[in-house]
Amino acid sequence: MNNTVILPMIIPVIAGLIMVIFRKNIRLQRLLSIFAILAVGGVSISLMNQIRNEGIQTLQAGGWEAPYGITIVADMFSAILLLTTSIVALFCLIFAFSSIGREREEHYFYPMFLFLISGVCGSFLTGDLFNLFVCFEVMLISSYVLISLGGTKLQLRESIKYILINVISSSLFLLAIAYLYAITGTLNLAHLSLRVAEAGQDGLMTTVAFLFLIVFSMKAALFLFFWLPGSYSVPPIAVAAIFAALLTKVGIYAIFRLFTLVFYHEPEITHLVIGILGAITMVLGAIGAVAYWDIKKILTYNVIVGVGFIIAGLASFTSMGMMGAIYYLIHDMLIKALIFLLGGMIIHLTGTSKLKEISGLIRNHPYLGWMFFVAALSLAGIPPLSGFLGKVFITRGTFETGSYWLGAIGLITSLMVLYSIMKIFMNSFWGETYISKDMEKGTTNVSTMLPIGCLTALTIALGLGAEGIHEYVQIATESMLNPIMYIEAVIGEDPIR
Amino acid sequence: MKPNDVILHSVTKVAVFIILTFSIYLFFGGHHNPGGGFIGGLSVASGLVLLYLTFDIETVRRNIPVDFKKVAAFGVLIAIFTGASSLLFDKPFLNQAFGYFNLPIFGKTELATAVLFDVGVALAVIGTAVTIILSISEDG
Repeated sequence: MNNTVILPMIIPVIAGLIMVIFRKNIRLQRLLSIFAILAVGGVSISLMNQIRNEGIQTLQAGGWEAPYGITIVADMFSAILLLTTSIVALFCLIFAFSSIGREREEHYFYPMFLFLISGVCGSFLTGDLFNLFVCFEVMLISSYVLISLGGTKLQLRESIKYILINVISSSLFLLAIAYLYAITGTLNLAHLSLRVAEAGQDGLMTTVAFLFLIVFSMKAALFLFFWLPGSYSVPPIAVAAIFAALLTKVGIYAIFRLFTLVFYHEPEITHLVIGILGAITMVLGAIGAVAYWDIKKILTYNVIVGVGFIIAGLASFTSMGMMGAIYYLIHDMLIKALIFLLGGMIIHLTGTSKLKEISGLIRNHPYLGWMFFVAALSLAGIPPLSGFLGKVFITRGTFETGSYWLGAIGLITSLMVLYSIMKIFMNSFWGETYISKDMEKGTTNVSTMLPIGCLTALTIALGLGAEGIHEYVQIATESMLNPIMYIEAVIGEDPIR
Repeated sequence: MKPNDVILHSVTKVAVFIILTFSIYLFFGGHHNPGGGFIGGLSVASGLVLLYLTFDIETVRRNIPVDFKKVAAFGVLIAIFTGASSLLFDKPFLNQAFGYFNLPIFGKTELATAVLFDVGVALAVIGTAVTIILSISEDG
């Protein structure tokens, strides 16, 4: 029993509720939200160290033992994602202070932001499939509010689509949970893992696994990504950045969890399909990124490429590939937030997202330009930046299992990503400076440049200092490839019940 | 012209009392029998909605000057803090305790921390349900 495990879920909720009560006090809301996110970050660091020293940490809520009660589990994989979540959330929050606008701040922006974080943290921590559904809903409902808050015409059009898609996939999720419960009689992930291992993963079970894969693919934008480019390009910059950094990653996390812990018996079927989906996602995403001449569209298609690439690491199902996937997941969360903030900044300055109407920004904004350059290289995985290591490991993982096609597609699409992002850089920063500083639609200030600067520094630091987190990533990989560690931590040493 | 709704007014004044009393009964019944914070809160909300329907929204708002969004937030806070209070005693989150006490009028009574949690749930349900109804009723 370790009560620390619950804190990342309840701290943001408590802070958010206090903000609902003090709705008009914006200064208090800003302070409290910063404090809550910092607290989540602190707790996740302490969790990481506890897990390193004592193994996977669990909490049986209310003292009801697994598999009967609600289990909250923090293994290294979730703890790493928690820490990354809090870092990204912190910078997006600071960016929001000056860019989100008074209207939105008074209409529950900060509480909804924190509820979103709580839902994300809850999804990473829960050890029970039904609670995963609940945490998904907490996250999604907050995201519905955040995407439609402000109520511009475009936002409302896209949010209707977004909500419909997610309602459909949530009902499929519930359906899949019902099937699984009917077959195995349990929803506790550790217990499920045991039961599936005992009964064997037959055709029926694999079909249910695919139903889950469809659900999570819809959330993670793996292959079923048709909704993403529209809905991620309408909300304000800070919201789009946090969506791009976190929401699809929760779907990816769920795919990882289910297909390493529960449905890992038939990798030649399930993981092959996952690999094919990943490959298609990468190719289609890269084509989209190359084809468009609109900053928002290019960036959203880059989110899709990233999803496909991380999933390729899971498809390889080797320790090398998994390790790469974890590295790349951390990198992708940071870099997607960074590149969205940067792209948003360009749009904010020029008032347009059409690349052909922007030129020569570097003269007035040299720092912004160079940080964009660093972020672009990192996104494509150029050494020594943070994307490199993940890319190397995932590619090696796919080569080890002989799926050369998957690794090759990953490498080719990263070239296309580099092209698409360099297209933004060259078109908006190079060339003749059309608009002077006073003609710009917006300005840069500390509250917007600080998060961008810090995230850029982090992507460099994560690339150069990857050795520093290697130990943690290794532990995470090990516990993902050995489900028995998770089961023992949740149900105990004697798992035959 | 003011509609003639004397019967509705008189019936509502009595009926709301019955509904609110019944919802308190439901709320406490929930500890061992069917009922509890959710259904208790819902029936309180239905009583309030009946008030809103009979008298207009402005009149009720003047007499019950409460922001129901805050009620909902307050309710969830109570529920979370009840759950989190077990952290102080080094027990798992959401743990509960109960005991039997001799109270002056009630005699031997069971008091449980789960009731506090239920108070939170009830307030959250009341706040949310009334907020939803009020938002739908506002037009444009």
